[in-house]
Amino acid sequence: MSDFLVLRVIAKLLIPFILLFGFYVQMHGDYGPGGGFQAGVIIAAAFILYAIVFDVNTARRMAPMAVLVSLACLGVLLYAGVGVANLLYGGRFLEYGAFAHDPAHGNHIGILIIEIGVGIAVAAVMMIIFFSFARRR
Amino acid sequence: MDKRAQEGLRVIELYLNIILLVFVAATGIAAVWLRNLLASAMVLGIYSLLMAALWVVLDAVDVAFTEAAVGAGVTTVLMLLAIALTGRHEKRRRARPWLPLATSLGTAGLLIYATLGMPIFGDANAPAQLHVAPYYLLQGEAETGVPNIVTSVLAAYRGFDTLGEVTVIFTAGMGVLVLLTGATRRRRNTAAPTEEDSA
Repeated sequence: MSDFLVLRVIAKLLIPFILLFGFYVQMHGDYGPGGGFQAGVIIAAAFILYAIVFDVNTARRMAPMAVLVSLACLGVLLYAGVGVANLLYGGRFLEYGAFAHDPAHGNHIGILIIEIGVGIAVAAVMMIIFFSFARRR
Repeated sequence: MDKRAQEGLRVIELYLNIILLVFVAATGIAAVWLRNLLASAMVLGIYSLLMAALWVVLDAVDVAFTEAAVGAGVTTVLMLLAIALTGRHEKRRRARPWLPLATSLGTAGLLIYATLGMPIFGDANAPAQLHVAPYYLLQGEAETGVPNIVTSVLAAYRGFDTLGEVTVIFTAGMGVLVLLTGATRRRRNTAAPTEEDSA
């Protein structure tokens, strides 16, 4: 793939903006369309684009499988951990309102944290699937 | 906006829907028809992008977003990788698939028949609009502090479901990892060591 000059230049230009857009979608999922799931896929897409246009092995060094597996676990645990934290704060499992005096405020905080968990888990899993497939060629 | 302009917008939306649905049907048939799997995967990507456009026309931007990113983006890449591992041409089969054809046509007929019992498209009094939806629309922002109703439903009111979805995605990723890399390791142990990771 690396012979296509136009693809290489365009990909190099686009990848930072794809990542930035991914983070924007992650943090603004409460005001606009989007959220952790879409953001995770977009961030994974930036890595996948790099791997396809440039070099799978460099991309794999940037995102080693051990790190990706840890991140996938971290994302799910962050989500479930918010639920457990709610229990400790005196609420029910995943009742984010327990986080603050004002339930609406607590809900907002809880939603932001679990969306980050979703984003981390989805991005890591998408890259795990991609790299597992790409490894076998 | 006066009444005529609104009427005009509705007509434009109707034509957009019809055009998009025709293209969706055409790409769906083409994906099945094509023998070249590479072309088939590309056509399925276009199909997903058209579906995303359709969701936008239906004001479901969050779904459109997911469809465009997952359906048109990542799924296409994964299918291309799978084709690279297997082969790009579908095997030609002798037998005429009459039974599968009859089954799918029968199911399609039943489903179309079932739509006759559904409420009219966009009906405000449909059961789906009268259950918990009004509560979410009225109370969602006040209770969660999140203006995007979709996010508040997904993350707060249906938080337990979303935790399950994330767990499903996590399990899928771990399954692929164990299946694919486990198989490579086993083959490497049995066969003579070949060149490492030439991908």
